[in-house]
Amino acid sequence: MTSATRMASRNRARAVGAASIVAVVALVEVLIGAGVINAFVVPRPTQILLAIPRIVVEEHVLHRFSQTAQEVLWASLLIAVVGIALGMLLFRFRPLRLAFETWVGALAAAPIVLMYPLFLVIFGRSTTTIVMIGFAAGLAPVILKTVEGLAGTRKVLIDVGRSFKLSSAQQFRKVLLPAALPAVFVGLRLGLIFAMINIVGVEFLINFGGLGQLINELAERYDLPGTYGAILFVILASILFFDLTERIERWLRPVE
Amino acid sequence: MKRNAAGTSRRIWTLRVAFVIAALAAWEALAASGLLFRDVVPSLGAIGNALARVLGSPDFYANLAVTAQEIGVAMIIGGVAGLATGILLGANRFLSQAFEALLLYLGPTPKIIFFPVMIMWFGVGPGSKIAMGAVSCFFPIAISTAAGMRQIEPVLIRVGRSFRASPSQMVRCIYLPAMREPIVTGLRLGLGVAIIGTLLAETKLSNRGLGYLVIQAYALFDMPRMYALLILLFVLSIGVNALIGRLSRAP
Repeated sequence: MTSATRMASRNRARAVGAASIVAVVALVEVLIGAGVINAFVVPRPTQILLAIPRIVVEEHVLHRFSQTAQEVLWASLLIAVVGIALGMLLFRFRPLRLAFETWVGALAAAPIVLMYPLFLVIFGRSTTTIVMIGFAAGLAPVILKTVEGLAGTRKVLIDVGRSFKLSSAQQFRKVLLPAALPAVFVGLRLGLIFAMINIVGVEFLINFGGLGQLINELAERYDLPGTYGAILFVILASILFFDLTERIERWLRPVE
Repeated sequence: MKRNAAGTSRRIWTLRVAFVIAALAAWEALAASGLLFRDVVPSLGAIGNALARVLGSPDFYANLAVTAQEIGVAMIIGGVAGLATGILLGANRFLSQAFEALLLYLGPTPKIIFFPVMIMWFGVGPGSKIAMGAVSCFFPIAISTAAGMRQIEPVLIRVGRSFRASPSQMVRCIYLPAMREPIVTGLRLGLGVAIIGTLLAETKLSNRGLGYLVIQAYALFDMPRMYALLILLFVLSIGVNALIGRLSRAP
């Protein structure tokens, strides 16, 4: 298969994918109209579309979006600073790494968000709670990937540094850190995604803050089209976020 | 060399023990200092007592059973759906190009926001919690299975074809055994998020289950009990995860 025909077949496949989503939505619309699906459980897709401008204007979606974005930003900063510093520490002192790297790995798999009542007790029902949960949820991958990146520096680069008689601080700044950056960003991206998921989730759970709270409020008001519309909005926002971080990561990746 | 290795291992354990002791001491100091509101950081003794009380009450086991059952059913529903979707997408290039992007993009969205919808569809009882768990674990299982399908060595598939295996025989005798590892990885990731999805749903709206016990302890401001429950939750979920990991390595 030539690359042109492969491209054409991929485009055809994507078109079929998009068309089937539209078809499913249309089918739901028809089934609700025919009374097969209860309109009090699933609102008509057209109603959901109509609800979107309403929630954008009346529920100040953009303001809520920026609120959530700010929480994610603060959590990200904390994750980057603390995670990279701890990663460097574990790399620099080998016994520390041997002792605690597996623990950090276990932390990465631990259901941290379940501790949100604990954060509520300590930080109150506030932005701090939300940011801290995002921070705790996204920290481990950054630590692990920083260690991995630093430890994976090619030996020849380290030898070059040695032959220039770099001090250990120079060696770190000029050789190890640049070599580790791609891996660090892989970790950061994972950490940011975890932080974002948990921040929106906790906003919903504790009914406080930006987009997550919006969904909770609309659901409690039993505003069905609004709830579905808001969920759609959050999904779109997180897909955009996901895509953006992927682009940044690809941009930073060295050319092989 | 050997002595050296023994020395390193001793050093590692000294570090670990020192860290745990320091953490516990810092905790106890914080509890005694009165810097935070009373009871926000209960003393270790109080937490230990609460732990013993929780473990001694039949109430805990009844709620544990409810949650375990919800997670189990969620894993069956989400697991079967995820496996089927993954095999389909992994085996067919056209379907994968058409639909896999959807899976990859929906995978990392926060699932708990679907909970209000799940309540409307499946009610306020265990149904909506099972649905949350199933939706959560579907994605990692499907993604991991699809990726695993594509990593099967082509020669195995050719062997199956040359024996004229039927599609169901291909799945049973070639695909599933060759994909043991990615499937187990998917199930592990899936179980992790199913536990989170189910328990978060329980903390939001329910009258049974471990999530409910946690949020009830929070509402009554019974901090030692809440800490005890959270510790048990963590031990249980990390333990189950480790168990699956162990099973996957067994011959």
